[in-house]
Amino acid sequence: MSTDTRPAAPQHASPAAPRRPAPARRRRRRGNPLAGLGSLVWLVLVLVPLYTLVSASLMRQDEALNGDPLAFPTDPTLDNYGTVLDSGFLALLGNTAIVAVATVALVLVLSVPVAYVAVRTRSRLSSLAFRTFLLGVAIPAQAVIVPLYLLIGKMGLYDTLYAIILPTAAFSMPVAVLVLSGTMRDVSEEMYEAMSLDGASPFRMLWQLAVPLSKAGISTVAIFSALQAWNGFLFPLILTQSEENRVLTLGLFNFMSQFGVNIPAVLAAIVLSVVPIFAVYLVARRALVNGLMGVGGK
Amino acid sequence: MSHHTPAKRRGDRKAAVGNVGRPPVGWAVPGILFFAVFAIVPLAIAVYLSFCEWDGLNSPTPTGLDNWTRLFKDSEFGQAAWLSLLLTTISWAFQTPVALLLGVWAAGRQRSRAVLSAIFFIPLLLSTTAIAMLFHALLDPNFGVIKEIGPWIGVDPNVMGSSTGALLMVAFVGGWQFMPFHTLIYQGGARQIPEVLYQAASIDGAGMVRQFFHITLPQLRHTMTTSSVLMIVGSLTYFDTVLIMTKGGPGTDTTILPYLMYRTGFQTYDLGYAAAIATALVVVATGLSLILVRFSGFGSMRSTREGM
Repeated sequence: MSTDTRPAAPQHASPAAPRRPAPARRRRRRGNPLAGLGSLVWLVLVLVPLYTLVSASLMRQDEALNGDPLAFPTDPTLDNYGTVLDSGFLALLGNTAIVAVATVALVLVLSVPVAYVAVRTRSRLSSLAFRTFLLGVAIPAQAVIVPLYLLIGKMGLYDTLYAIILPTAAFSMPVAVLVLSGTMRDVSEEMYEAMSLDGASPFRMLWQLAVPLSKAGISTVAIFSALQAWNGFLFPLILTQSEENRVLTLGLFNFMSQFGVNIPAVLAAIVLSVVPIFAVYLVARRALVNGLMGVGGK
Repeated sequence: MSHHTPAKRRGDRKAAVGNVGRPPVGWAVPGILFFAVFAIVPLAIAVYLSFCEWDGLNSPTPTGLDNWTRLFKDSEFGQAAWLSLLLTTISWAFQTPVALLLGVWAAGRQRSRAVLSAIFFIPLLLSTTAIAMLFHALLDPNFGVIKEIGPWIGVDPNVMGSSTGALLMVAFVGGWQFMPFHTLIYQGGARQIPEVLYQAASIDGAGMVRQFFHITLPQLRHTMTTSSVLMIVGSLTYFDTVLIMTKGGPGTDTTILPYLMYRTGFQTYDLGYAAAIATALVVVATGLSLILVRFSGFGSMRSTREGM
């Protein structure tokens, strides 16, 4: 998901995280034993499953089934990863990448104007639209899957990647509009006035003022919708069928029955599915973290 | 809508410039239409289909209130609705305190906290599918880690075989996945609390616990609403997790509404009845969110610091 790395440069901390003088904070937050202990417990709960995931994926099948699952693999092997790669893993990854990039592009192209209009105009229509999106946050995708099955079928899009991209983008839009209008509202009126005195068109104001100043919100939206696409399971499950249009999540699910009790291979598939996004995380951790923090509002 | 107030105020002030440079409302039309086609219209069709019989092949035929009378008599639906509420409540009660504590703790800027936060974030990188599959393997009574660790921490290795155990595990796995996200939300919220409040409180001699309950918690009110709405809508719709980890079992004891809808619609192809279940799901989800919004003033979620 190349889109994730682009938007937020590390130095531009999101408005959610204003720098404050460190010393005062350090004094205030020193030694909170309960939270400190709690975080250690949570650390164990996070690490044990992850450790087992990786270590068992390196085991041979009989060792994983009979041995101590917490022990180190006695004779680490990469065979399981070979099995997964031979089962069409890269094609799954390719499809997911296409879906993620297309979803992000579509969400941004559609949501930026909506948010801009919601912030910059005061008409009844724009406030109605804003409210609709606000309520849209609460519409669960499951609620519309039956009609979408009908609709996508009628549009002739059943079993194509479009069948995944279009609904995924639509269901990312409410959060996108909320986040974007939140950041765009912070662009000061004086700047718009200055630009309008220069005779700038509304489009130029959007493109040269509102968009550049909303980079934090835009990267939040890009990350959020990329993760939606990355994570999506229900739309692919119901709206696609053939192997050529299978995305990663559905592919993983199929590996589960295909590999059966070959648990190390199942685990290797899971590890491989994390590798691309983990790479993004290592490169652009701050952008990813600040981006998601932005979903919670400012 | 509170978001109008600042705009209006600014608008009056700049009356001299007028409406020059305001974007045409039409710019919003493509986005609104797109959202309408793939979210709003389907919602309306779902309601319509809930009054029809449809097998997915032939055309839907209207059957009046049949699906709905059936729904209210269907004990399986009753159980699914109850399990959904139960799962949502357990998830909320599990995630909120932990995420709140971790988030407030992680808001400090020490190096150690940054490192731990980076590790805590990792589950968020795995897809729901991957996580459900991982725990399906870990909790397998014959091959999973649970047979080693279970007795040690007082969990029956066959936890997935018991109704309560399976439901609790689904809630735990959901929490395992989404905790980092909610922790981040709280972390972001906690970093916005003005330092001066804490300084004033310590001058007044308030200890850490008092500061937490009298400053941190009230200041995080809106953050908590945001996070809770997302949690509730999220856990009402745990579907991948249930499909992969339990297939609704043992028996039907983890068959929550979305899974019942899936089974009815796409395994027995009774799509009209499935649409009725889906409609009921929306009513519950929107209802709960609206109550929460009313109850805590979500509309003003932007103005955490208003009046200071």
